[in-house]
Amino acid sequence: MAQPTTHQVWKWLDKVPDPEIPVISVVDLGIVRDVIWDGDTLEVVVTPTYSGCPATAMITIDIETTLRDRGIGNIRITNRISPAWTSDWLSAKGRRALEEYGVAPPQAAGGPERCPHCNSKNIRKISQFGSTPCKAQWRCADCLEPFDYFKCI
Amino acid sequence: MAGALFEFLLRQGDNVLVLGHRLSEWCGKAPVLEEDIALTNTALDLIGQARLWLELAGEVEDEGRSADDLTYTRDVRDFRNLLLVEQPSGDFGHMIMRQFLFDAWQVENLKALRASANLRVAEIAEKSLKEALYHFERSRCMVIALGDGTEHSHARMQAALNLLWLYTGELFAEDEVDRAMAKGKISPDPAGLRALWDRTVQDTLREAALSAPDCAFTHRGGKDGRRHSEHLGHMLAVIQFLPRAYPDAQW
Repeated sequence: MAQPTTHQVWKWLDKVPDPEIPVISVVDLGIVRDVIWDGDTLEVVVTPTYSGCPATAMITIDIETTLRDRGIGNIRITNRISPAWTSDWLSAKGRRALEEYGVAPPQAAGGPERCPHCNSKNIRKISQFGSTPCKAQWRCADCLEPFDYFKCI
Repeated sequence: MAGALFEFLLRQGDNVLVLGHRLSEWCGKAPVLEEDIALTNTALDLIGQARLWLELAGEVEDEGRSADDLTYTRDVRDFRNLLLVEQPSGDFGHMIMRQFLFDAWQVENLKALRASANLRVAEIAEKSLKEALYHFERSRCMVIALGDGTEHSHARMQAALNLLWLYTGELFAEDEVDRAMAKGKISPDPAGLRALWDRTVQDTLREAALSAPDCAFTHRGGKDGRRHSEHLGHMLAVIQFLPRAYPDAQW
């Protein structure tokens, strides 16, 4: 089999869903930092979101399984913690997908711009933390729906 | 130097490991669901950070010990965490007050460690700082809300502060490990963090209508492992029972 290009590998990885927020891929999330051929070994460099995020181990397994299914035998997944992951690395496609899914994307101002359900700006913070380390809980004061906000760090 | 670096890394790792465990004890017990989630998410961050520090400690020691080995098989006297973090959690206000006193210190500690001459230390500090700043924002707001809250919440926060204050001096105490680390430009001199911490803490306490006790006494003996309080042993019994009783157990 001819060695797939790294461009092709990036496209495959863009189909690997984040285990906690399956509407975005691990590439959208910005945690795949590099894809390099080292001889016949494919190295994938991953930067974890939060130090204790339990999804990190799952993501490594998912990446490896996807690449094996595509016929790549020698895979090395490297953990890189610096530069530290930032929510700025979320792709534009990922941000749109999050909002459509009902999760407000991160904003530099530190809080969501609007309710992802009804677009109202009349919103309130419930808690700085949510169902996963990367999210906080907010509520819309107009449609009264609670929603997740993807934390900006 | 290698010995001092190992000790230094244990101190960094054990602080977040032990505090992370104290926070995780609140799982399912916090007064409201949102707080339960916040405390356990913070625990998750801290335990993740502990793994980074302890993995590096194991590499530096070079005796083949992993982060898990260091967590599950060291005895009390080999732990190097501050006494502040091993104290029992008490009530919710007590837990929040301890978190605030620690976060305010940890933010300054990690900011300084970003400039460490040891690149691996600088990287872990950079990663951990982002999370620590988020924790600090929350614990600071909670101290103000509860301190400047009802008469009842105020009294509990003041009682927590009076008790915990006696453990804060150890944050800035210096020994031969600190001197070796400062000399090698790996870590700042602990006493140098005091002014920054004092300013943050005093400003917040003022806003919270609380006042720090006027007392120079401080408990010591956690970071050098000489005099841990009895509480750490009980905590380790919980953490270590399973891997010690069933050393071959696998997930």
